Amino acid sequence: MNVTQVIFIILSAVTLIGALGVVVSRNLFYAAIFLVLSFVGVAGYYILLEAEFLAMIQILVYVGAISILIIFAIMVSRRFMSPKYKARNEQWVWALVAAAALFAVLVVILIQVDWPIAQASVPDGTLVELGKALVDPGQFLLVFEVASVLLLVALVGAVIIARER
Amino acid sequence: MDFILNFWVELGAWAQDVLFGWGLPAWAVNLISDIVVVLVLVVVGIMAVLIFTPMERKVIARMQDRPGPNRVWPYGLLQALADAIKMLTKEDITPTNADRALHMLAPLIVAIPALLVYAVLPWGPNIIGKDLNVGILFIVAIAALHVIAIIIAGWGSNNKYSLLSAFRVVNQLLAYEIPMVFCLLSVILFTKTMSTQGIVEAQTIPYFIVMPVAGMIFLICAMAEANRSPVDLIEADSEMVAGYMIEYSGMKFAMFFIAEYVNMFAAAIVISTVFLGGYKFFGLENLAPVLTPVIVFMKAVFVIFVMLWFRATFPRVRFDHLVGMAWKFFVPLAMVNLLLSALVVKIPVANARVEPWVQGGVMLVGNLIIIAVTVLILSRSARKLEDAPALKRIVAVER
Repeated sequence: MNVTQVIFIILSAVTLIGALGVVVSRNLFYAAIFLVLSFVGVAGYYILLEAEFLAMIQILVYVGAISILIIFAIMVSRRFMSPKYKARNEQWVWALVAAAALFAVLVVILIQVDWPIAQASVPDGTLVELGKALVDPGQFLLVFEVASVLLLVALVGAVIIARER
Repeated sequence: MDFILNFWVELGAWAQDVLFGWGLPAWAVNLISDIVVVLVLVVVGIMAVLIFTPMERKVIARMQDRPGPNRVWPYGLLQALADAIKMLTKEDITPTNADRALHMLAPLIVAIPALLVYAVLPWGPNIIGKDLNVGILFIVAIAALHVIAIIIAGWGSNNKYSLLSAFRVVNQLLAYEIPMVFCLLSVILFTKTMSTQGIVEAQTIPYFIVMPVAGMIFLICAMAEANRSPVDLIEADSEMVAGYMIEYSGMKFAMFFIAEYVNMFAAAIVISTVFLGGYKFFGLENLAPVLTPVIVFMKAVFVIFVMLWFRATFPRVRFDHLVGMAWKFFVPLAMVNLLLSALVVKIPVANARVEPWVQGGVMLVGNLIIIAVTVLILSRSARKLEDAPALKRIVAVER
């Protein structure tokens, strides 16, 4: 077992403990904090794969923005914080069925697929190539622009909903 | 002589030679030198508290025409040490209704993001923890983790003031992150790299002179992120007592205190790296590379002095004004600056030697035009405000 594998196991432990904490905790605030832990673990995987840019974006977007907004929403809605609030609802049977089915599919894929291992190492300067690919008309320019239009629409929609009459 | 001039790099090479001389394998040598570098960076970060607490108290005291701390031995300079001993011996209190686990967790993690930033701050050519090619992004991403520690502290204390402070931290820090990133983007367009060392190397003229708009916005945003008065609405003493750290005492409070100063020092070094030329100082860095950490430190001290100057000069901003200032003033201004720099970097220059001067000059002129237009718009709207009936009533009542 080499160092990379040890680090992989530690990261997996952190991510899985975080993910488990999200589902198991009764308190929604704790669940949100565990979610942060899980996201940080995923960022660790990206660093292990030498994708530093993705790792930083993972922390910036998922930890810095999404988790914080989730925590904020939880803190603003008082009802969630009261101890009387139940963490489970009547849909748990169907949720169990769906989760079990998804788990079965994942296990089948994991066993069936022959996972190839690339021997080549990651080339340097992938960041520059990524940046160029995003604004290259031949590659992802259209997707990039559509995504920004979508964000703009969401922004305008949020302003319209929040506006006081 | 060469050993003295290149002291830091030679010291590292010498230490590695010694370790190899003991017959250690390469990975052990790397591990040991990494650990030593981490320890040095952490100690430097934490020493900032001992250096800048007396500086802050003395400087602000002089600006307010009072002596400041002057009891603890020479000139009151050991006040920070006395405070540290006082903190350590204080009783550790956990409020009865607080969430015990979260109340403990917050001081544990609050200093971590602040110290992590030091990994990518350059102290000289190749005197850097790790020269990431996403260095600037690393700083921005890690700084966001700070928010989570404060939210945990504010919520875990089960106190209405600290909860309010946790609400404010989300509002304030997220609002100020956006113009901050825009300013960094306009610099990155010029340098064409996100590595902190690359930014210093690409900087022939300090970017504060090339784009004063971005520099000023970044300074104010960094103050808001590091939670410095007059934009320290998260812990505003006069309205929320101490915000998220109200229920903390002793060493737990000291951790927040340390994190604040570590943050401030890191922000000052980031400003001096990105906008003030980093370890470059009129060619001194080539004459004596041993002095580069001193140059960075002196620039950081200057930035911190400016921050203290702000603190002693301006009253605290009202909270809605603070957030409004970020969204309605800094974000559009930073966007205009970003558009301008995106246009300026496209100027085709045949002679590579002239390039930085031409681009810098055009950028500076553009920035001056932006400032002039902004001042014009602001003064016009201020004049409109003077005619507002509500304001006239207030003035009449005061007379």
